[in-house]
Amino acid sequence: MTLTQAEKAAVVTIWAKVATQADAIGAESLERLFMSYPPTKTYFPHFDLSQGSAQLRGHGSKVMNAIGEAVKHIDDIRGALAKLSELHAYILRVDPVNFKLLSHCILCSVAARYPSDFTPEVHAAWDKFLSSVSSVLTEKYR
Amino acid sequence: MVHWSAEEKQLIASVWAKVSVEECGAEALARLLIVYPWTQRFFDNFGNLSSPTAIIGNPKVRAHGKKVLTSFGEAIKNLDNIKGTYSKLSELHCEKLHVDPENFRLLGDILVIVLASHFGREFTPACQFAWQKLVGVVAHALAHKYH
Repeated sequence: MTLTQAEKAAVVTIWAKVATQADAIGAESLERLFMSYPPTKTYFPHFDLSQGSAQLRGHGSKVMNAIGEAVKHIDDIRGALAKLSELHAYILRVDPVNFKLLSHCILCSVAARYPSDFTPEVHAAWDKFLSSVSSVLTEKYR
Repeated sequence: MVHWSAEEKQLIASVWAKVSVEECGAEALARLLIVYPWTQRFFDNFGNLSSPTAIIGNPKVRAHGKKVLTSFGEAIKNLDNIKGTYSKLSELHCEKLHVDPENFRLLGDILVIVLASHFGREFTPACQFAWQKLVGVVAHALAHKYH
């Protein structure tokens, strides 16, 4: 699945806005994930998952920073996320099904904050982009 | 039978009261066809689906989106018997329409995103949870009579 030039442009344009609230969006996305899909909490037994917790905010930032890297290197997501890909494959081993769930929650957070920017075309481009990121993060699993 | 807490019922009802079934239904179906183009396979007779603009403006897409979301309204009116409510529709989707139930899950998630974009901050994580539960139950009910 490769992104067209138009799709890449759509991702980059929206990212410029999302980046200004990256930390908050990251935390909100995780909050949505843990609330709508409780089994995802099994990966964070060591976390305080209450709303507004420092760990939630910290981890949300981490996730959004990585997405930002992927956006910056949108022509070579695999290269940009190589280390993260290994981390997920050998250390974290988050079941692949969960990437779809988090991607969905990120889309919900972005849609809620930027409704007029989140057109169907932008929605499609972001869904595809996050799907690419997820593929890269799971491609070394086996 | 699915158990709904008072809070879940309230979160669903308060959102639903402000939903324009025609607008949200049309938008949800259009986004499904745009974001997951392979879903167009079920709509060969809908005419022009060649671009996002064509899909959004397509009157058959709008009409069908409204039909689908109107049916959701029936589920919301009958939260305690969604399986029964969708029994005939489930048979129809299996025997006549031949729709893979995975598509119900895709449309459900798209609807949640449409609601997030319409309601913004009001569509809190708790609200999303109630609606994810609802779309999941609807998808399950629609798949229930498959054989």
